[in-house]
Amino acid sequence: MAKLHVELVSPEREIWAGEADMVVAKTIEGEMGIMPGHAPVLGLLVDGSVVRIKPADESETISAMVSGGFFSVASDEVSVLAEYAELGGEIDLDAARAEYERVSGLEGEEAAVAQRRARARLRAAGQEV
Amino acid sequence: MGAQLRTIRRRIATTRSMAKITRAQELIASSRIVKAQQRVRESGPYARQITRAISALVSHNVGVGHPLLTERTDSKRAAVLIITSDRGFAGGYNANVIREAEGLMTMLREQGKEPVPYIVGRKGVGWYRFREREFAGDWTGFSDNPRFENAEAIGRTLVREFEKPADEGGLAEIHVVYTEFVSMLTQTAQVRRLLPLEIEESEQAPEEQTQGVLPAYEFEPSADSVLDALLPNYIESRIWHMLLQAAASEHAQRRRAMKSATDNANDVIENLTRIANQARQAEITQEISEIVGGANALAESSAGSE
Repeated sequence: MAKLHVELVSPEREIWAGEADMVVAKTIEGEMGIMPGHAPVLGLLVDGSVVRIKPADESETISAMVSGGFFSVASDEVSVLAEYAELGGEIDLDAARAEYERVSGLEGEEAAVAQRRARARLRAAGQEV
Repeated sequence: MGAQLRTIRRRIATTRSMAKITRAQELIASSRIVKAQQRVRESGPYARQITRAISALVSHNVGVGHPLLTERTDSKRAAVLIITSDRGFAGGYNANVIREAEGLMTMLREQGKEPVPYIVGRKGVGWYRFREREFAGDWTGFSDNPRFENAEAIGRTLVREFEKPADEGGLAEIHVVYTEFVSMLTQTAQVRRLLPLEIEESEQAPEEQTQGVLPAYEFEPSADSVLDALLPNYIESRIWHMLLQAAASEHAQRRRAMKSATDNANDVIENLTRIANQARQAEITQEISEIVGGANALAESSAGSE
């Protein structure tokens, strides 16, 4: 079966690259699951969402918190370009939890983005929020 | 010890401590070039992908007439973003960038446009302040180790200014003057037009040619909104790339300047040591001839008394 070639990059570095069976990303219109053979798509990522990558070598699913950016799919190549991204494994749980507690009481548009990001960070780290 | 010898010894000591400082600077700069180059490389995948996506959008004829892609005729203001360093000790680095920027601004004036300088780096700001010239904005404190947030802040400000209506000072063009890191030995000051985007340029990106025909993308949620979101990102990524190039160039030029300063100091030390030795020997010779002369005089006077 064909595999997807996935690149997860931020402006500062390449965060993850490799072969995968499936990528799940969240656009403004909802979550999209991308499997090999998907039609070419360019989609915007929701600021403060989780991108999940299921690697081809059956290892554990990779979750990353992304804020802003877009992804493109073309001939089984998936590129996720996030303005800012963090791998679930790299997230400091206590700091993320503290940040979530701090912003969850706030109100307004900026606070909504901060809350979405904090929630996505916790979810990428494998926590239930 | 003679007065001359003492002043020369003091100068040798001063030069030696100066050589130590420049040598340390040289070593710091060389260790940072490697890191700066690595960051330029790491920014590559993102820049490549975003260029591809923009080309794909444009090849679908999306965004014809998009404000960031069209030439404005209602405004004569042209922003010039000058990327200089925060610290000196880098040879002709800042002078070259500023000279290039001056040339660009003269050219713009000849075309009947009004250049509006924006400055990155304390040295450029200092240059403008000293001459009491006006500039529209400045960002300092990160030239040797930029972060993406810096590029983001610059990009957002410039795009915001660009999108303003003409009577509020909207910009017609945005140019950037920065130093391109060609190799360890060559860094050249470059002028690039950032806005309106030149689409030909993005299609000529090296990876694009091998790619052939771009796939027929679907857009989520719609082509226009994707382009709206993508263009500012693309501009930030270009500025980011230029900041990284400039940082690598700054370190390379500082290393070279500090190396020649160290070499120079060592030459000076060598020359001064020779002069000091000569002075010391002259002093000894003089002392010996004084002693010999004195002894002879004594011997003659005692011989005469007998």
